[in-house]
Amino acid sequence: MKLRVYVTLKKDVLDPQGSAIKNSLNNIGFKSVNDVRQGKIFELNLNENDENKSLKETEEMCKKLLANLTIENFKVEIAE
Amino acid sequence: MKAAVIVFPGSNCDRDTKIALKKFNIKPIMVWHNDTFLPKVDLVVLPGGFSYGDYLRCGSMASKSKIMSEVIKHAKKNKLVLGICNGFQILVESGLLPGVLIRNNNLKFICKNIYVKVVNNKTPFTSKTKKNEVIKIPIAHNEGNYFIDEKNLKKLKTDNQIILQYCNQKGLVNKESNPNGSLINIAGITNSTFNVFGLMPHPERASDALLGGDDGKFIFNSLLNYARN
Repeated sequence: MKLRVYVTLKKDVLDPQGSAIKNSLNNIGFKSVNDVRQGKIFELNLNENDENKSLKETEEMCKKLLANLTIENFKVEIAE
Repeated sequence: MKAAVIVFPGSNCDRDTKIALKKFNIKPIMVWHNDTFLPKVDLVVLPGGFSYGDYLRCGSMASKSKIMSEVIKHAKKNKLVLGICNGFQILVESGLLPGVLIRNNNLKFICKNIYVKVVNNKTPFTSKTKKNEVIKIPIAHNEGNYFIDEKNLKKLKTDNQIILQYCNQKGLVNKESNPNGSLINIAGITNSTFNVFGLMPHPERASDALLGGDDGKFIFNSLLNYARN
């Protein structure tokens, strides 16, 4: 089963890379950009066909390694 | 006093740390990250470097390596653990210290001498310093910007877990003396029982006057003092 994990920075955490990207977008003419937050996507292929089990296991992976819950949120979805 | 220096793939301050420990009469034993046995030591040092190429998040992969479960057991017995730079990042990722170290706010790798102030000198790592003593010591990092939520920051303050703060030469802690955007200029913290210490500056790179300064000796002398008592 294929799953997709989104890891994003929590609201209050400063994102210096995001603000540099925002400035760069503004500089090349995209003046409408007010804010950019950078995150990560993981695509996982699990040796498991049960949706619930896969989701649960991937959530555990997020808590243990893929995300740092002090600064990051995560979202897991089934990817077709 | 005996110390284990953990060597991860990508560690690059392990041998400097070994030399510095030896100089201060602390016997170093090098331990590979994939080992499952930690020799009987008084102190574990997690050295600086780029463990696992800083993949995923700095220190995250190293914090899950085999030897780390032994290091966590060692820390839970109230024994000493010292994390320098990447070692500090590994300590926060392993949960032995609270908070996290994120990208420097200027997005640059910073390698220079800075000043830190000793905020708490009543720990095994700082007992041979004076309170508010100013120390000149190098930093070399890309992710040294300490962050923690408000509630836990309060706890760090009330429990005196903030050990070092970036300051100017006169000991003034202000925005100008903060190299990386670290919350309230935090450069080093301990856990609530003061036996686990993480710091971004490199004491091992400031342990010989011939190499530009020896202010880093404060840690090694304090550790020896602790071992003696």
